Amino acid sequence: MSDFVSGFWSVYVALITLVSIVGCAMLLWSQGKARTNAAGQSDTTGHVWDEDLQEYNHPLPRWWSWMFYITVFFGLGYLAVYPGLGSYEGSFKWSSRGEYEAEMQQADARYAPIFAKFQGQDLKAVAADPEARKMGERLFQTYCAQCHGSDARGAKGFPNLADSDWLWGGEPEQIKTSILEGRQGVMPPHGHLGAETIKDLAHHVRSLSPDKLAHDAARAARGKEAFASAGCAGCHGPDAKGMQALGAPNLTDSIWLYGSSEATVSETIAKGRSNKMPSHKEFLGEAKSHLLAAYVLGLSQAGAGGK
Amino acid sequence: MTIQATYNYKVVRQFAVMTVIWGIVGMLVGVIIAAQLVWPELNLHEFLGYGRLRPLHTNAVIFAFGGCALFATSYYVVQRTCHAPLFAPGLAAFTFWGWQLVIVLAALSLPLGYTTGKEYAELEWPIDILITLVWVSYAVVFFGTIVKRQVPHIYVANWFYGGFILAVALLHVVNSCEIPVTLTKSYSCYAGVQDAMVQWWYGHNAVGFFLTAGFLGMMYYFVPKQAGRPVYSYRLSVVHFWALIFTYMWAGPHHLHYTALPDWTQSIGMIFSLILLAPSWGGMINGIMTLSGAWHKLRDDPILKFLITSLSFYGMSTFEGPMMSIKTVNALSHYTDWTVGHVHSGALGWVAFISIGSIYYLIPRLFGREQMHSVKLMTVHFWIATIGVVLYIASMWIAGVMQGLMWRATNPDGTLTYAFVEAVKATYPYWTIRLLGGLMFLAGMLIMAWNTWKTIAGAKAYDAPVLAPAGHHA
Repeated sequence: MSDFVSGFWSVYVALITLVSIVGCAMLLWSQGKARTNAAGQSDTTGHVWDEDLQEYNHPLPRWWSWMFYITVFFGLGYLAVYPGLGSYEGSFKWSSRGEYEAEMQQADARYAPIFAKFQGQDLKAVAADPEARKMGERLFQTYCAQCHGSDARGAKGFPNLADSDWLWGGEPEQIKTSILEGRQGVMPPHGHLGAETIKDLAHHVRSLSPDKLAHDAARAARGKEAFASAGCAGCHGPDAKGMQALGAPNLTDSIWLYGSSEATVSETIAKGRSNKMPSHKEFLGEAKSHLLAAYVLGLSQAGAGGK
Repeated sequence: MTIQATYNYKVVRQFAVMTVIWGIVGMLVGVIIAAQLVWPELNLHEFLGYGRLRPLHTNAVIFAFGGCALFATSYYVVQRTCHAPLFAPGLAAFTFWGWQLVIVLAALSLPLGYTTGKEYAELEWPIDILITLVWVSYAVVFFGTIVKRQVPHIYVANWFYGGFILAVALLHVVNSCEIPVTLTKSYSCYAGVQDAMVQWWYGHNAVGFFLTAGFLGMMYYFVPKQAGRPVYSYRLSVVHFWALIFTYMWAGPHHLHYTALPDWTQSIGMIFSLILLAPSWGGMINGIMTLSGAWHKLRDDPILKFLITSLSFYGMSTFEGPMMSIKTVNALSHYTDWTVGHVHSGALGWVAFISIGSIYYLIPRLFGREQMHSVKLMTVHFWIATIGVVLYIASMWIAGVMQGLMWRATNPDGTLTYAFVEAVKATYPYWTIRLLGGLMFLAGMLIMAWNTWKTIAGAKAYDAPVLAPAGHHA
């Protein structure tokens, strides 16, 4: 066992534990035999403090002593069968890791067929299956809701999954890849452009939105030139409609991952953003990810249809 | 003519009055965070958000309220049972002002967000150093007075106070070992699972020594005094004292069941937590049996009501604790509100009740009065506080077991039946009942403050003359 840097510490810990437990019993045993008042006799110890504080010397209550002994013997028995005495693993050979692995194996054997049923099916078909949708929703509430919200509508920095806008693509297989492999979205910082240019760019970006966000026309015009010259188009495209291969968002719609205020857009440009969707391949496996992808696909279709 | 020596009651008076004040402050913060759970919109400002106020609540009730009660009673008890005034009165005065400064610094720094992140040890390193200075001074005053005693034997209450002072010094210094980076930021000396183990060795012994051994010292003086009966069994006090202080030191790992802590450490933590049951109950038995032959006094003595009820809650929570340390039970109870209920049956039912009873005993004696201004209001305080505790812990039991069961429920396909937020929603009614219980407890403290004020106002500070030990002739 790697808990101990050397065999000495294992023996040391085991010994000190045993001596301590047995010591408790010996304390109890010695004091149980010590002279106390006989039954019915109620003399005090003879010491008096602060006028009237005295002590009787009644014997230890028998039921209490037994309770004490029982816990001690239970402790010794427990250490015989479970790990506790240094690196001795106990006669049951139990370990928390072993228990976890056994339970996981059991669970996989019982549940895997339920999920496997859908794995071979087309994602669009799974998305239309009411039973699969229910299972997908339960998975979503357990594993995805923490970031994307129980209604899947996201939060600042966490994309809304119930609309038809996609950073990395909304094709069924693209959604599944996002879940399985994860995504790493990086907007590099552009502080070197200087505060004025960044402000110009922010005005330009705000002017692109169909929501008619307030902006200074002169600044926006200068920003438009900077957009081309500073390399923004490299990722967001010359028309600023984004590029899904890089996860670069479309800047001409009314969806803002971090917020649309001038201050927030300037911050995004100056300091950049780094965002991560973790990979779930090892954690959830292919079959559950398949169901989740179908569920998210269904959400997006329902959300888009509702608009 | 020589002036007759008196006990040093001044520092006792100061700490006793501050016990009441800090009790109100700490419990008010508790009520606020309980309300924030029911109405999250009450998180008005980052300084007043739940995450900042919660450590303020725990520090205020444990170290400000509980700490002041321990200082007040230990200084009173050690003088009277040693028949000697306090050793180094200047140092005793320093412990009062130093401790108040610690509390004020905590009340400022925690809402501002300065924290080490270690539960019950959140204060940053400059405050940790101040605590160490105060604590060493406390030890010098306490043990200096023991050395000066006029009686050969050391009274049992002083063993418990002494054990508490020594153990807390050790715990504080070891767990607060940290490397300062700036004036307001430090990093723990330990890393990873060792850091967690040291933290919970500290955390559990803060319960064991600060909140148990110290208050057992209180019990061993005020219960026999108020009951007018000898302590039930000297023999029992010997066994349970040594077994308690020895066994508590091992129990910390039960806070880390099913974590990265090695299996063997978890086993040992569980075993010693179970062995701790009998030593804990020894104190309860000795306290309650002291009353045998004087049970009728419970009927009309509110101080005894507080003291004896506190022992019942002590017995209940020290039974519950070992049960919760069993790994199978812990798998259900851990991280739920059951733990919160368990802590409060100890903190409100045991620690606060025994302190309140003891302070009601002390206040009139420190101000030359026969009795508190209103005995009837003490009884009202007792009942309102008792109902408050019962509401609190009963609602948290139900909430905790419900949460544990909801978290582990699974569907036929192995997915979780309930999302986390559904368990949160289901807990709202119980959080409301808990808030009501907390409000009742706070109301009791306000009654106590009014009663204390009426007792003190117009009264004169009184310092009792040092008594000659029994058998001596002055």
